Amino acid sequence: MSLTTALLVAAVIAAPVVGQTPPIFNPGAPGQGSRVVSAAEAVELSRTGYVDADVRFMQHMIVHHTQAVEMVALLESRGASPLVRRLGERIGQSQAAEMALMQEWLGSRALPTAAADPHAGHAGHMAMGADAPLMPGMLTPAQMTALAAASGPEFDRLFLQGMIQHHQGALDMVDALLDDPQAGEDPTISDFATSVNADQSAEILRMQSILSEL
Amino acid sequence: MNIRSLLLSSAAAATVLFGAVAAQAQSPAVGPDARSALSAGLRDAGQAASGLTLEYSVAPAPGFFDPDSLWGPPTAEEAAAMRARAAAVEAGTAQPLPAPKYSPLALANSDMAMSGGRLFVGNFNGFNAYDVTQGEPELVLSVVCPGGQGDLSIHGNLLFMSVEQNRGRLDCSARGAEGDVNAERFRGIRIFDISDLSAPRQIAAVQTCRGSHTHTQVPSPTDPNVLYIYNSGTSSVRKSGELSICSDGEPGQNAETALYSIDVIKVPLNAPEQAAIVSRPRIFADRETGEIAGLWKGGRYGVAGQESGPTNQCHDITVYPEMGLAAGACSGNGILLDISDPEHPSRVSELFDPDMAYWHSATFNAAGDKILFTDEWGGGVGARCRAQDPATWGADLIATIEDGRLVGKNFFKLPSVQTAAENCVAHNGSLIPVPGRDLMVQAWYQGGISIVDFTDPAKPFEVAYFDRGPVDANRMYVAGHWSAYWFNGRIYASEIARGLDVLRLQPGDNLSAAEIAAAERIMAETINPQTQTRPVWEDSPDVAQAYLDQLARSNGIEAGLAGRVRTAVEQWRGGRVDKAGAGELSRALAVIPENAAKADGARLKALSELFGRLGQRG
Repeated sequence: MSLTTALLVAAVIAAPVVGQTPPIFNPGAPGQGSRVVSAAEAVELSRTGYVDADVRFMQHMIVHHTQAVEMVALLESRGASPLVRRLGERIGQSQAAEMALMQEWLGSRALPTAAADPHAGHAGHMAMGADAPLMPGMLTPAQMTALAAASGPEFDRLFLQGMIQHHQGALDMVDALLDDPQAGEDPTISDFATSVNADQSAEILRMQSILSEL
Repeated sequence: MNIRSLLLSSAAAATVLFGAVAAQAQSPAVGPDARSALSAGLRDAGQAASGLTLEYSVAPAPGFFDPDSLWGPPTAEEAAAMRARAAAVEAGTAQPLPAPKYSPLALANSDMAMSGGRLFVGNFNGFNAYDVTQGEPELVLSVVCPGGQGDLSIHGNLLFMSVEQNRGRLDCSARGAEGDVNAERFRGIRIFDISDLSAPRQIAAVQTCRGSHTHTQVPSPTDPNVLYIYNSGTSSVRKSGELSICSDGEPGQNAETALYSIDVIKVPLNAPEQAAIVSRPRIFADRETGEIAGLWKGGRYGVAGQESGPTNQCHDITVYPEMGLAAGACSGNGILLDISDPEHPSRVSELFDPDMAYWHSATFNAAGDKILFTDEWGGGVGARCRAQDPATWGADLIATIEDGRLVGKNFFKLPSVQTAAENCVAHNGSLIPVPGRDLMVQAWYQGGISIVDFTDPAKPFEVAYFDRGPVDANRMYVAGHWSAYWFNGRIYASEIARGLDVLRLQPGDNLSAAEIAAAERIMAETINPQTQTRPVWEDSPDVAQAYLDQLARSNGIEAGLAGRVRTAVEQWRGGRVDKAGAGELSRALAVIPENAAKADGARLKALSELFGRLGQRG
């Protein structure tokens, strides 16, 4: 096809808001009336905030994801199955992308990326022995040592079992976040939590299916 | 629009080049054209157009814009600087910067509907209505009610609005705002009474488990007093403590999971405040085994395919009630539903394609035998129309319906390279009712507006376009056209950051004055683009001329016959109808050459029938 009539116009056709504009209504709950607000109030209503639980969630998830990336790093030299390797690489990439998002969310708010209280916020894991995981689902130091020592099909099996446990922990962390009625109102955090839920649930299913065929 | 999809595409970025080689081997790469390097600016960007004229451009309504709300994903340099500053703040060597004032898209304009000469434009912060009966849009109503994305539809005096974010409150308030704040969260479909523009009221709010990303009206085929709403929620599942009908999880662990379904809401039109969910059909179930998760499981097909999420949701559903059909764009699949019983839609076919990252929306052609699906690769917040982006990724997939089965035919992508500062991917559009052709106008975010001809599903091509340069030359701010719809003779396009555009078709090589005139004559009182109705063209010289123009363009009519038709149309235009001649012409046109293309055969037949009726006029 020919687009010979392409026409370049560098004009401003922005119609300015002239004269009277109608009132801005802010409705009440169903059955209630609406109130009239100013333009400044209307804009203000679009803003959202965050609470401490949101900040802790982001900080803790970075710690959590760091371990997944460490686990994937072991795959190259120790894994046997190309299928497990490809899956692991994909998990590593998506966890790294998510870590960048979390770091940026915290960084743009001048919040530290490291949690001051890496063990806080998950009552089920409060009994901290020498071999306690940092976050729900994270592999304990002993589990990580066992993984790093294994190779071949045994590594693949431990990797999949460990990553399923690890992902399940992330789902639990999202669950705990959404259990807090004050948390998860920032759209970036709630979208991110949705993403973790959806992607890691799907990856768990895939890992379970690969594990059953090893 | 989906911020989180950026994650998937970032993860895929490392493998994009490999995928690009494979994909581009199958389809021509997209090249630059007159709209590829336009000057930047929020309100004074350079423009390029072909076959379209911009009639009006309306700045955002008061209360729905703040330059500080412009947002784009941080660049690599910005991200590094942020991390450095955070470290410095921790070390006590720098002061923290103020937190961003707005979350992404806080004031973004979104989807549209038309009713009673008024254009309704959704926004993440509420909606606005414009009177368009005098041409230039005049703002007549502003309602602020945050919660995103503000997908909306109209029925009579009722306006329905989608709310998906956790921050949504039953009473349209916001935490931290002045005055009384309702603690009760709302995610779902709001219903407003807009009969009195000086006193709009919320009359109902139907809570759903995954909120509402988009929704679609489905009129009851039997009861004019009943309207159904198909609700598509794509967000996380709410806790049962917050909404008792909801529970999460994969169906293997929880057969009651709120994933893997849509919500069917029944609205009694004489008591709309009683609107409620009547069913949550398992439209993704395996037809043989009944397994709830019966479609795409998520992941990547092969080594060069797109990464796509599991099909446990629809992003958008378009219904064609006169056909009893719905087309669902549902994460990893496109699906076709039989909706003759609207409370119990049943899937008749499904499509998967390795080039589709996120099945996003669907549009039927007028005959109902083709569907144009869009792929929102990157969630709408990424630059996906650059030279290195595959021509089959983030594109339209054109499918046909053959014996009730969906069959993928070809891709169409905006045929113009866009810059890295422009978020660009296939997005919302609607049919332009030109008889004899399947034309759709479509928004591509900062890629602008494009009209695609998909009459031949294997050879889609662009007919016209309008585009602006990026908001900023050096950094991508998420902006551009969210939706571009044909409403009663004009194209209305909502612009995320810049407001609203109104455009008119201009005749050219690919679209004649008669074709435009025939389309501009199709009028409807209410238009909700995802609830399609069949256009009916009254016999007129323009309609006849439109078919003739198309046949002449494709060499689909023998020259002598074309001349006779031309003469007859000119006479008719002049008020003279030779009835006997029209009858003869009808018979001559009825002889369809064996080698005629399918579309030309249909045009000859339509023209023959038109002259047949003309010959019998009393």
